Amino acid sequence: MDAKNETGASPARGRTNVERTSDLELVVRRSFDAPARIVFEAWSKPELFKRWWAPAAGVPLLSCDMDVRTGGKYRLEFGHDSANSFAFYGKYLEVIPNARIVWTNDEGEEGSVTTVTFEEKDGKTLLLLRDVYPSKDALDEAMTSGSTSGYVVQFEQLDELLVALGTRA
Amino acid sequence: MVQYNQTRFDASFAALSDTTRRGVLEQLGRSDASITDLAEKFHMTLTGMKKHVSVLEQAGLVTTEKVGRVRTCRLGLGRLQEEAEWIDRYRQLWDARFDALDKIVEELNEKEKIDGRKK
Repeated sequence: MDAKNETGASPARGRTNVERTSDLELVVRRSFDAPARIVFEAWSKPELFKRWWAPAAGVPLLSCDMDVRTGGKYRLEFGHDSANSFAFYGKYLEVIPNARIVWTNDEGEEGSVTTVTFEEKDGKTLLLLRDVYPSKDALDEAMTSGSTSGYVVQFEQLDELLVALGTRA
Repeated sequence: MVQYNQTRFDASFAALSDTTRRGVLEQLGRSDASITDLAEKFHMTLTGMKKHVSVLEQAGLVTTEKVGRVRTCRLGLGRLQEEAEWIDRYRQLWDARFDALDKIVEELNEKEKIDGRKK
């Protein structure tokens, strides 16, 4: 990534907007040209979900277990083989079909609680994702080390993807 | 956006409130330097300079790296810039995911339209 000189999180780039709205919270916004039930379907069916959650060609998604209902659990394992894998897991605190999914991120010590809502208007869906950390320190820690939230690994994977896309173009 | 930055600004301003520390930043703006270099330049003891550098480091204004017996100091990115970069990476992650999700949503949407026409 060579945008190092730019300061600020320039939300204009790409179609995804991110904002840190408080000490504890990050908000991601994106709109989709389809009704909410379709976006929800792509989010809640494992066979569809695993096609977009890990967009990189780098580290494959080994397994994807999701029981998308209130109280259900999920576990996503990434890696080249089961001996060298890492897992993201947690449970769904609330699931309202076509409208809202809330889940915990339990792989770290002070993981965030993520809420995604699907709001339909004129056949389009506004997706709003909020990542809420238990304390300011937890979010600051995630930002400075990156390691607790597992983002480092995901970002490395993303870097690989960006490199791959760059060489193809 | 203003409120959460406050404590960081406080740490930065506290770090900048001292003449020696401002001098150290100015010096590091010209070139990286070891703690020993800085101590000599500012006519201070090593311990005194270490304290100043550690205040600057905690404010995110300076980073240090120890190679062998020498600790080299250089200007840091600053917490605000670090945070901005992290948020940008976070955004890129979601952007990449949502680009992929967009394709699947489009696929499902098309399929539904075709199925709808068949009925």
